[in-house]
Amino acid sequence: MFENLSEKLQRVFKDLRGEGKLTEGNIQDALREIRLALLEADVNFKVVKELILNVRTKALGQEVLTSFSPTEQVVKIVKDELIRILGSGESKLRFASQPPSIFMIVGLQGSGKTTSTGKIARWLIKNGKRPLLVSVDVYRPAAREQLRVLAKQVDVPIYAGEDGQSPLELAKGARREANQTGRDVVLIDTAGRLHIDDELMVELEQLKSEFEPVEVLFVADAMTGQDAVNSAAEFNTRLGITGVVLTKMDGDARGGGALSIRQVTGRPLKFIGVGEKADALELFHPDRIVSRILGMGDVLSLIEKVEEQIDKKDALEMQDKLLHNEFTLEDFQKQLRQLKKMGSLQSLLSMLPSVGPFKDLQNVDMDPKELVRIEAIISSMTTKERKNHEIINGSRRRRIARGSGVEVQAVNALLKQYREARRMMRSLTGGMAGVGAKRKGKGKKKGKGRGRGNTPGGLPQLPPGMNFPQIFGR
Amino acid sequence: MEKATPETVGGVFQIMIQTLFGPPPEPTIYERFQKAVAKTRDELVERIDDIFQGKKEIDEELLEELEMALISADIGVRTTDEILSAVRDQLSRNQLKDPSELKAHLAKHMATILERAGDSSPVIDAHPQVIMVVGVNGTGKTTTIGKLTHYLKSQGKSVLLCAADTFRAAAIEQLEVWGERTGTAVIRQQTGSDPSAVLFDALQAAKARDIDVVIVDTAGRLHNKSGLMAELEKMKRTSERLVPGSPHEVLLVVDAVTGQNGLEQARQFTKTAGVTGLVLSKLDGTAKGGIVVAIVSELKLPIRYIGVGEQLEDLEKFDPETFVRALFEV
Repeated sequence: MFENLSEKLQRVFKDLRGEGKLTEGNIQDALREIRLALLEADVNFKVVKELILNVRTKALGQEVLTSFSPTEQVVKIVKDELIRILGSGESKLRFASQPPSIFMIVGLQGSGKTTSTGKIARWLIKNGKRPLLVSVDVYRPAAREQLRVLAKQVDVPIYAGEDGQSPLELAKGARREANQTGRDVVLIDTAGRLHIDDELMVELEQLKSEFEPVEVLFVADAMTGQDAVNSAAEFNTRLGITGVVLTKMDGDARGGGALSIRQVTGRPLKFIGVGEKADALELFHPDRIVSRILGMGDVLSLIEKVEEQIDKKDALEMQDKLLHNEFTLEDFQKQLRQLKKMGSLQSLLSMLPSVGPFKDLQNVDMDPKELVRIEAIISSMTTKERKNHEIINGSRRRRIARGSGVEVQAVNALLKQYREARRMMRSLTGGMAGVGAKRKGKGKKKGKGRGRGNTPGGLPQLPPGMNFPQIFGR
Repeated sequence: MEKATPETVGGVFQIMIQTLFGPPPEPTIYERFQKAVAKTRDELVERIDDIFQGKKEIDEELLEELEMALISADIGVRTTDEILSAVRDQLSRNQLKDPSELKAHLAKHMATILERAGDSSPVIDAHPQVIMVVGVNGTGKTTTIGKLTHYLKSQGKSVLLCAADTFRAAAIEQLEVWGERTGTAVIRQQTGSDPSAVLFDALQAAKARDIDVVIVDTAGRLHNKSGLMAELEKMKRTSERLVPGSPHEVLLVVDAVTGQNGLEQARQFTKTAGVTGLVLSKLDGTAKGGIVVAIVSELKLPIRYIGVGEQLEDLEKFDPETFVRALFEV
């Protein structure tokens, strides 16, 4: 798909080594690549223009430090600039001193307001709040029914109201009920509307002046293009939004709209939606989305996700085994199960950086069914075979194939993949640094930049077991 | 001047009554397209007009502003480059000098791109005809189906709806409301059931009831989720088994506010679900829908319909020439 920015810049700067400075002349091409990368990520063109100017000013005249390549320097300037725009740290939700706190959820049609409302409700419960939901979408067919179903799923009470009630009446009823039943947050899910639809925007203004919400959250689709700024700006002007929820980030959109929205509204991004399940909501981290906009992978989210799922003790044990080259088929199987546990493989893949040895992963088609098949094959082996793969001869292979309902070739292929995995894992044990060092030594004539040039995105030391290419590479 | 005959006097009266008290005339297709692309025109074409204001010659600065105008319409870097290099080419051959000619040139080029996908209205001689509607979440699939049903019924076709979005909360109920509005039967099962099973039921019912068109509502799915995309493949197989040659049409609904990701959506849905045409939805916003130009240009998929509102009538058959004419007012 997209080529990542640091690769493009590397190409631009290939002939640049040896020159001590970034100059007007040699930075021109780099700026063009940056501009294209940002536009392809749907960052608004005005924002891009401004950003390029800032980057140029900062990049010009900088000394090339011996430890940084020009590529790394420019990428760092761009990253810092983007993070500066997006604001630093996480943005916390605000609550009223006198409960109930009223939250209004607003946005265009189809941006994901109702789904987000359900997710935020769940998030609030996990953080010790007692929310009450109400849908004031009296327009879209079955919209209120949708929130009712979601409320049931996350086990949060909902104020149902009656048919024929106006949005204002529904919201008032909900506030009354919250007061009576001691709910401390009321989430008002509003109807999707176009920001140019004056009548409906007036309706929101009325809701806002009546309820004085502490949070007016604007829900924006990560796939939105250049128009993101117009709708966000209009919603902000009329309602004074307090924060943004960026949805559908589990897709492969770059989410450059987030940058534009932040720039034009000055409002923080508070949450990102990463799936259709009720718990697929994450706090917003500027540095992560910046890496994504630049096509450098959401490494931190990945590591966090892995840490959440993997038992520390297991991980240590695995590392020990790798160190002693004792990675058996049994361990292989264990890792497979871990992988499966970690949920959607595809969303994991989209978080991986597309640099270095994992570059080709972005185009790999990972079929969950394949995982099941592989597991079946290993399960059909005896414990002895799993502990020592070398004893698996022809007749054993035939038996395993029959047991797992596959062709013998599939067993052969798996064993080959396992041996390859084992071989590559051996090089992991020294950490990625070790691998890099070895390469550097060998490829001296190519210049030391190539081996190191991979790092601007910060290729992480992947935790044990995170070895996709061996399993899915072929 | 001749004397008025009783017939002409009567005719005049009839016309008076008709125009004053009769139903308003049907807007022409051109008028409706004009309404649909009003926002795009305001944003894109008027901006281009501004750029040309007072310019005597086409210079680099003008071209750069033009580039920005095209990119801000979500047309994408690559298609923008293509359009601009065509302009540059003509400039260098002195076929283009005056900024005022540039607009006509742009319109022509845009029309050429949109016509690349070939005929936008296939003649399908199947019974029942199966139309599958697919897309990412929130693009307006179900609303499009409601409007499409209304359109097909106005053409005298019998329609049956298939509620194969068994995943999203209240999706089935949403389709049923559209079914009621258009007086169309909806085949459904419970939320969570297998979409292919619902499709199976719907196709059997359609055959038994001698229905002309079956429209299949599918769950919104992100195109990078292989499991969900495989589900669409399975539905296609089910359809093919019951009605050979079907689905005859797989419509991808693209939200007009979509940015560059729209291209990847189209690519992936075409790969797994075999998209045959596009529906550009929500074009009544400030959205410009430029991404479809990129999609048509790169993937050669025709645009079949455009959605311009939430009412039953707010769906138009797409016609590249009329679209561009309404857009550029040339």
